[in-house]
This record gives sequence, structure tokens and C-alpha cells, in this order.
Amino acid sequence: MRLRSIPVSAWVGMAGIALALVCAIFAPWLAPHGESEIVGDIWQPMGGQFLLGTDNLGRDLLSRLIFGARTTIFVALAATVLSFSLGMLLSFTAAVTGGLVDQTFSRFNDLMMAIPTLIFALVVLAVLPQQLWILILVMAVLDSTRVYRIGRAVALDVAVMEFVEAARLRGEGTGWIIFREILPNTLSPLLAEFGLRFAFSILFLSTLSFLGLGIQPPAADWGGMVKDNKDGIIFGISAALVPGAAIAILTICVNLVVDWLMKRTSSLKGGRGDA
Amino acid sequence: MPDLLSVRDLKIEATSYPPGEPPKTVTLVEGVSFDVQKGKVIGLIGESGAGKSTIGLTALAYGRGGVRITGGEVKLNGQDLLKLSPSGIRQVRGAKVCYVAQSAAAAFNPAHRLGDQVIEATLKHGIMSRAEAEKRAIYLFRVLGLPNPETFGERYPHQVSGGQLQRAMTAMALCPNPELIVFDEPTTALDVTTQIDVLAAIKHAIEETNTAAIYITHDLAVVAQITDDILVLRHGKMVEYGSVRQIIEAPTQDYTRALVNVRGSRRDEAPDQSDTLLKIDNVTAGYGGFKVLHDISLHLPKGQTLAVVGESGSGKSTLARVVTGLLPPMQGSVSFGGKTLPPALKGRSRDELRRIQMIYQMADTAMNPRQTVRDIVGRPLSFYFGTHGREKTERVKELLDQIEMGERFLDRYPAELSGGQKQRVAIARALAAKPELILCDEPTSALDPLVAEGILKLLLKLQEDTQVSYMFITHDIAIGLAIADSVAVMHRGRLVRFGPKSKVLSPPFDDYTDLLLKSVPEMEIGWLEKVLKTRRMESAGN
Repeated sequence: MRLRSIPVSAWVGMAGIALALVCAIFAPWLAPHGESEIVGDIWQPMGGQFLLGTDNLGRDLLSRLIFGARTTIFVALAATVLSFSLGMLLSFTAAVTGGLVDQTFSRFNDLMMAIPTLIFALVVLAVLPQQLWILILVMAVLDSTRVYRIGRAVALDVAVMEFVEAARLRGEGTGWIIFREILPNTLSPLLAEFGLRFAFSILFLSTLSFLGLGIQPPAADWGGMVKDNKDGIIFGISAALVPGAAIAILTICVNLVVDWLMKRTSSLKGGRGDA
Repeated sequence: MPDLLSVRDLKIEATSYPPGEPPKTVTLVEGVSFDVQKGKVIGLIGESGAGKSTIGLTALAYGRGGVRITGGEVKLNGQDLLKLSPSGIRQVRGAKVCYVAQSAAAAFNPAHRLGDQVIEATLKHGIMSRAEAEKRAIYLFRVLGLPNPETFGERYPHQVSGGQLQRAMTAMALCPNPELIVFDEPTTALDVTTQIDVLAAIKHAIEETNTAAIYITHDLAVVAQITDDILVLRHGKMVEYGSVRQIIEAPTQDYTRALVNVRGSRRDEAPDQSDTLLKIDNVTAGYGGFKVLHDISLHLPKGQTLAVVGESGSGKSTLARVVTGLLPPMQGSVSFGGKTLPPALKGRSRDELRRIQMIYQMADTAMNPRQTVRDIVGRPLSFYFGTHGREKTERVKELLDQIEMGERFLDRYPAELSGGQKQRVAIARALAAKPELILCDEPTSALDPLVAEGILKLLLKLQEDTQVSYMFITHDIAIGLAIADSVAVMHRGRLVRFGPKSKVLSPPFDDYTDLLLKSVPEMEIGWLEKVLKTRRMESAGN
């Protein structure tokens, strides 16, 4: 793969993601103030002493944004990756094996989807101890039901193709059929779904935070920051828009990269010579 | 007699958009001229990509998505269709010029009755009243030989067979009493025995209504039965244009000659057929309790070819699935090299799987579009023999040489190959396993005649080199004749006839084999009438 063949939009996306990652990793060194340190009046305007102003408790918005990148990106990304791994593995196994395995997985999936996601998450998180990995796991499992549905649908279309039959006739194992024959042919719709699910994860995380079951204060996360400052909008204070914009920009950047990957994976000529 | 349709110096272009380059204009058709007189039929013939459908559609002043008619003139009764306004063209389409598509099943709306669809265009154009149109539809159903013409129109598309649907579509085209009909491969998707019925019906209807027609097909033998003139096309240019008799009997161009002689080759059967490799004993098989195969017994000698001939629904592909183990039989057994094979795929060892390989009809779907030729052909090598690295690459190159393609194709994806090349790569994949038997499931029926001929020759050459046996499944008894040592004829899940080629294909015939043999179109004028007079059995599932 040549670097020059990567379109500008993908570079922009990668730059945006890289910036967010740098912020997340080096947060304590980059942030001018502490994460939960009250440094001034509430809702001070942008500019001056604080580049992005202060929030509803007088904490530096820029610092919280930088620290917030940590939790937000880590939790959302981990949950999405996990939900995709889980959903795709189960759905492909169901599609390839068929029969009883397929029925069991699919009906259990229906069962999970029949329960409203938010209520299910609230119940589970309220019962389980409040730890980050449990939060990620619950988000991932709940999200994987959606991935499972799409994954099974696209994999079924591919699993009946003759090249899969040819692989079976050759005596290939289920692993080879899933990862070498089916996965490369289903990557495009799943990648598109990934870009979307990532954004939903951030939103879901902020919903949970707002209800008191996500990231616990005073730790910062972008969704939580929007909720914290939303009352300011009534008074014409833009503090809520800053983390909102950060979420939007990150989502767009992820989708720019995903679009490019999708174009590459949907090409039947290995990305050579077709648009 | 003045020409009904006169096409002069036609030029058709399309624009392609290669990435990173300025858009390119591609010329699809250039310098094509022909005439059609009232009541005459012209045949447009050529391989896929020759531009025959594109030219046919210009008679309706229509270009498919992105295709532009950029030069020349198309005159219908002296009026240039290309200069008409959109509303003027609407007066012509469906009223004066009608179109019959290849796949009638896809062209009919499944939610409406056939009768309503047949008269729809006629009513839209206000040519007749509803009562008149219905009367004409019934008359046309009768002319086309459809069963119960009075009530045929009350049926829905799924309630009639493919051959009947194709005829209903012809009735739809004839209903407004048009001056010209464009037939775009109307019989290509049909079984051979159905094909001749539909051909005869179309021919009769054209004569009866004295309509002119453009008949598009890739099969010269078919076109010879029905047309008065033939225009041979290649790469969008005219190769030869003349009367049927001149084209069939005295072609002047090399390309036309190749087309006429395409079914020329024949092979003598092997004299000794005793060394049995594959033996199918009293196999009965089916899906979910429904029996598709009834008590089939066959055997195939080592290094020879068995042609399994039958129409769609005869169970020939199901037989292949039984041999491969994809469908365990209900009764009976399959033995290979003297040993009984485990009935199900799961029970077979890797070596048993290696010895039986398969080639599919559609090479497109039989190869993973995300793998390069190197991966596709190389996988059986590493899977069965553990070959890796340079040794594997060398072996893949060898195989590519064997299928007459060469190493420059190593890193191509299937999408970058032509239809014939794809089928060759599929053959190389089968060969890579060093099999003793290759099941060929209609490997040539999706290909153009000349390309198919090349594949058949390659298969025969490989058989000489490697002593591999073929079980060759085909609907075309002519192919069976050309390459097989023994022939099995199947009809509705039963074995009708089986034995060495010379015995199976010499009289006395049973009724079905007689019908099959007589349904293969021959390059002979008047063949259709002769066959219809002499055959003993109506076509199987028309």
C-alpha cells in the first residue's frame, strides 16, 4: 500500500484521531490545570486566563476536555471493539454452522434485544460493583446484539456462495471459512456499522454518566461535561458546546478513516484501479 | 420494397470514469448499418460485449444507463427516431416498436395477472378498446400455442412455466400490432427441449402477424432457424452481413467461419471401459423427505469422461452433491477406487476429499473475490501437501502454464479476469489437488461458444496429461457427444439411458433421448420444421 494512495479526507481523520489519542495519553502533562481543580468563577467566557473558559463549578474546561478524552475514547473504543469482536464471532459461527447453534444464538439474541437497552444497563450496573471494566463489558455485550444481527445477515449471504462450498469440499475448518472466506467479503458493511456504533457508544456512555451509573464525578468525560453545562445554554453560555463539538469532531474523524477503509475493502481489485 | 427500419453508420459511445484520470469516452459501436423490410427477420449475432443488445435497443431509440447514441441515423418508415422529441419517442415505443427481454421471469410484475400486463401497453397507447385488446391477446395466446388461451390471461406469472412466460412476453410485444419487435435472447435461459417450442411459436407468430423483427442471440444455430438475414458483430463492429444461406454455407470472414464450425470437434470413446474409478450404486437421494433421485446406478472408468445429460430439474446437480458428500444419499452408496466412500462430507478423510475436486458453472461465485489467483490456486497446495514459500509459487506458476495463462496472472483478483480466464483458474485450483476425479457442473454453459470450445479443449488436453477422470454434468447433449466416453441421460430424477457413448447415441432411442438429441439446434436451414414433424414426444416441461 502506498501512502500517496490515501485520500486527503483519510489523512484529516487520522490527524484528528491522533490528536485525541495524544491528549488522552499525555493528559497530565498537557493540561494546564488539574482535572477537578476549581480555578476560577463559574462559566467564565473563552479567552483570557482560560482558553475555553470554565465550567459550571469553575473548573478549567480545556483541562477537563483533555482529561475527558482519556475516559471517553478508552471506554467507547474498548466497548465498540469488544462488541464487534463478540458480535461478529457469534454471528459468523451461527451463519456457518447453521441448525441448532444458529437457532440458539439467534433466539437468545432476540431475547436480549427485547429488553430495552437502557433499562437493562441500569439494572445490571446498579447490581454490579461500579468498576470501569464492568461498565465497558456491559456496554459491549448490549451493543453486540446489534452487531450480531447485521453480522449474521451479511454472513448468511456469503455463506451460501459457491466458494464457501468449495472450501467446505476442500475440507477446510470453520475457522478458515469464517476468517478467510467470509470475513473479507463482509468487512464493508461491518466497518460502516463500526463508525456509527462508536459514536453511539460515546452517547450511551454520557447517558449512563448522567444517570449516575457511568463515569463517576469528579472524573471528566465528554458526554458528562455536556450534561454538566447544559443549563448554561439558557444564559447564552457556550460551555456545553465545547465537549459536544469534541464528540462531533472525533466521530467525524473516525468516520473519515472508516470511509476510506470501506472503499478499500469494497474494492474487488485490491484497491488497484477502481474508484 | 421500401425499408421498414434502416440503420445507417450507427455510433454509440459511453463514458467511463477511471479513478485519478480524466473521464474517458469509449466507443461501443461504430459504423453499423443494416435494413429490415416488412415481415422480415434479421439476426444480430455475436459474443458478449459485441454490442448486439445495445444495437437492438437503438431501434427503440434507447440507450441503457450512460450509453449515448452519438452518430448515424435510425429511420423507421423514413422518420429518424434519433431526432424525435421525448414525447415523439413515446409514441413509437411499445406501439410501433416492441421489445422482448431475455428473462421473462424478471420482466413480468409478479403482482399482476398476465392478461392485464399483456394488454397494458396497447391500452396506454389507445390503440384498441379493452375488449378488442383482450380478444387479440387470446388470439395471440392461441397462435403462440399456449394452453387454454381463453383463460391463460387470468394466471399470475408464477403459475406458468418459463417457456410459457417467454411466449406470454412475445404476446405482449405483438399485442399492439407493432411494425417491429426486438427479441433480446428470448430462448437463451430456457432448456433445449423448451427452446425449440418457443422458437417455433415465435416463428409462427411472426409469420402469422407479418411483423418484422430483430432477433439477438449468441447462438448461430438458433438464429439460422428463424431469420432471413444475419449480421455478425464483434467488438461493436460489423464482421459480416448477408442472407442466412450465405452466412451459414459460405462465410467469407474467419470469425464467422469459427462461429459456424464451433461444434465441429468430436472425440472417439475409449475402447476399454473396465477399470472402474467411481461407482454409484442404487442411489436414492433428496431433500427433506422429497426424493429427487430415484435408484441411480452409474460407473466411471479411470481416466475417462462420463457425461451426465439432462434438463433443469433432472437431478444431475443433486447427483454431483451426492458424490461430493454434500448430500448424503437416503439409500445406496458411492464407491471410489474400490472403496466405499463415507456418505457425508464430515466423515471423509482429507485425502478422500483431495481425490475428488469440483468445477462450478459460475466461476464468478466459485472463487473468493478477495483472494488473488496466487491464493486461490495455492491454497489446495498448502492445504493438502503442505507446500510453502518459493516451492508453492513455482507450482502455482506451473499450474498457470498448464491452463495456458502464465505467471503474469499471479496477483490478479477474479474481478480482473474475463469469464473464460476465471473458469481456467477454477480448473487450475481443482488440478492443484492432483485429483483423480473432477466433477464439472456445467462449466461451459455460462460462456460464449468460442470460449467454451477453448475450455473443453483444455479439459481434454489435461485429461491426456494427467489421466484425470471427469464427471461432466451438462444440459447440452452435443457437448456430451463431443467429449465423453460414456453418457448417462437423466430425466426427472431417473436414469433414462446409460452406457458407452456409441451405444447410448445410436438407435433405437427411447422417447426422451430422441427428444433431447433432436432439440440440439443444428446449423441447417429448415432444421426446426423437420424436427417438429419427426419428434415423438412433447417437450418435457414447457
